[in-house]
Amino acid sequence: MTEDTVAPLLEFRDTTITYRGAHGAVPAVRGVNLSIGVGETLGLAGESGSGKSTLAMSVLRLLPSETEIGGQILLDGEDVTAMKWGRLRAVRWADAAVVFQGAMHGLNPVRRISDQIAEPIVLHGIATGTGVDKRVRELLDQVGLPTRRANAYPHELSGGQRQRVMIAMALACDPRLVIADEPTTALDVMIQAQVLDLLSALVAERGVGLLMISHDLSVLADTCERLAVMYAGRIVEHGPSAEVVRGGRHPYTRALSGAFPTIGDPASRLAPSGLPGDPPDPSRLPAGCPFHPRCADAVDECSTVDIGLRAVSPDHDAACVHVPVAEEVHS
Amino acid sequence: MNDVLLKADNVHVGFAAPGGRRIRAVAGVNLELRAGEIVALVGESGCGKSTLARALLGLYRPDQGSVSFEGTTLPTGVRGLRGYRRQVQLVLQDPTGALNPRHSVYEAVAEGLRIHHIPGNEPELVAEALSRAGLRPAERFMPLLPGELSGGQRQRVVIAGALALQPRVLVADEPVASLDASVRGEILALLLRLRDDLGLASLVVTHDLGLAWNIADRIAVMYLGRIVESGPAPEVLTAPRHPYTKALLSVLPESPERIVLSGEPPDPARIPAGCRFHPRCPALASGAADAVAQRCRTVDPTPLAADATGVACHLVNAVAEVAG
Repeated sequence: MTEDTVAPLLEFRDTTITYRGAHGAVPAVRGVNLSIGVGETLGLAGESGSGKSTLAMSVLRLLPSETEIGGQILLDGEDVTAMKWGRLRAVRWADAAVVFQGAMHGLNPVRRISDQIAEPIVLHGIATGTGVDKRVRELLDQVGLPTRRANAYPHELSGGQRQRVMIAMALACDPRLVIADEPTTALDVMIQAQVLDLLSALVAERGVGLLMISHDLSVLADTCERLAVMYAGRIVEHGPSAEVVRGGRHPYTRALSGAFPTIGDPASRLAPSGLPGDPPDPSRLPAGCPFHPRCADAVDECSTVDIGLRAVSPDHDAACVHVPVAEEVHS
Repeated sequence: MNDVLLKADNVHVGFAAPGGRRIRAVAGVNLELRAGEIVALVGESGCGKSTLARALLGLYRPDQGSVSFEGTTLPTGVRGLRGYRRQVQLVLQDPTGALNPRHSVYEAVAEGLRIHHIPGNEPELVAEALSRAGLRPAERFMPLLPGELSGGQRQRVVIAGALALQPRVLVADEPVASLDASVRGEILALLLRLRDDLGLASLVVTHDLGLAWNIADRIAVMYLGRIVESGPAPEVLTAPRHPYTKALLSVLPESPERIVLSGEPPDPARIPAGCRFHPRCPALASGAADAVAQRCRTVDPTPLAADATGVACHLVNAVAEVAG
């Protein structure tokens, strides 16, 4: 384990990810630079097809084998794309773990949850014999599930409880990085609050890095220090959460933050805000800025020039022609 | 009030569960929907809101109580219900599941017209419904299959299918929950526009309080089969009075003070005695409700009236009595 103080836990460097399908190449991620340090929390927002889940799955190489990855994906300074199979297996769960969306599908319906949580513990040799049981009970306790439920099958649990099981599995091998892909999407507000509180507490107590993915900007802003907004395979805005949510400089960021209104805000009362059109098909992106066909602030230039990230402030960038060019951020 | 279109009067709906238990999904609900009004029925999964919506559509027959449309109790026969469903149309959460993948957009919208033997020029009626639902030019969309549409467009097709029958009421069950964030606002704006242009009333069933803030005139908050708070949406959402409504609003992002209820919503097969919310009630747990605690544990609060602005809570009502 390299305890390098310089290398972040996770770093994407000019990462590109292209799916090879029957209908040709689909560029899902088109050049992303992001990093997460120890104990840092980063929220990645975007809609279906924006490439956010693809990016997250690439960290543990959970993508179809014919997928092409360009650039680098560094986990503790080590390039994931160059890892041998055995090394990759050692890294999965132990260094970085994923909490998948849709806990019903992430769990095996015919195995008891205790056995499923025990699996990574046994595989990675974290504990043996009765130690495994002890560790499983410890984890259940940490995620707030009664230990008497250890022998339950997934269908006997509620959606929120299943999501807690997924989190317990992700924590089983004490990873330093947790990737949570829409961890609360199918859950009720109250259960969502419980799960988010749990994730926040774990980050604070254990200093793990958290990459959380959601389409709901306000949920991310509540849990993460920094936010990155993805559209058509690129980061279009990146900065401190509060600044991005309240003072978004990219029109798409503003549309996303307006989509889930603040109750009590007169501007959104009887005035739902949305965007015309639909998220673009990654295999047929418009020329210029990929957002321009849906953008109310588009100017002529937008249909021809693809704008890169520009600095709004030292720790806040946005890829929009309306951000004055101080200097083009090195991407 | 004679502009009441749809009304639930003391509706109870239950289901048999294994072990001879009875799940009381809806346990005494009064609710009304007036012409040109959007009412949001909100609550967590399992609170009975979808069951209530289906009872309002005549898809479940109440065990007790009744549903009426324009003052007449819902018919029970197949033919009578068919006529009723032309007036009150259902829009579901998942448009992909609601559409036949091998039927074109035209077929999807025309199907209802044929079932209900609507007279008139079918292509014209279909085109009008599609453009009302925001699919313009309608001719371009007619030959497409659901697979060739985006999620938002599919939901518009479902709404167009409902609109073709010129209903008086839409019952929409989580109409935007499966859609992308940026598309959501457009679909909600469509519901508002249909109300403004056609006077179409909607009952929107949702767990999303932001949606209620966006479009609802009135709101009814449901917990474990009962409506626990109802009133004008701005009032209920900005000054909630029932401890449950308060908790629901407090856990939204950006809320200053969070009241996270522990545990899961309880089982509708085992509704607690007294106030159904009392085992999870933060007011009771904190001692704020000590003066009425005995009643909370033993007396079921009176169900709210259909047109009420009010709260089914012993504490709130006791405080109001003292003040009033």
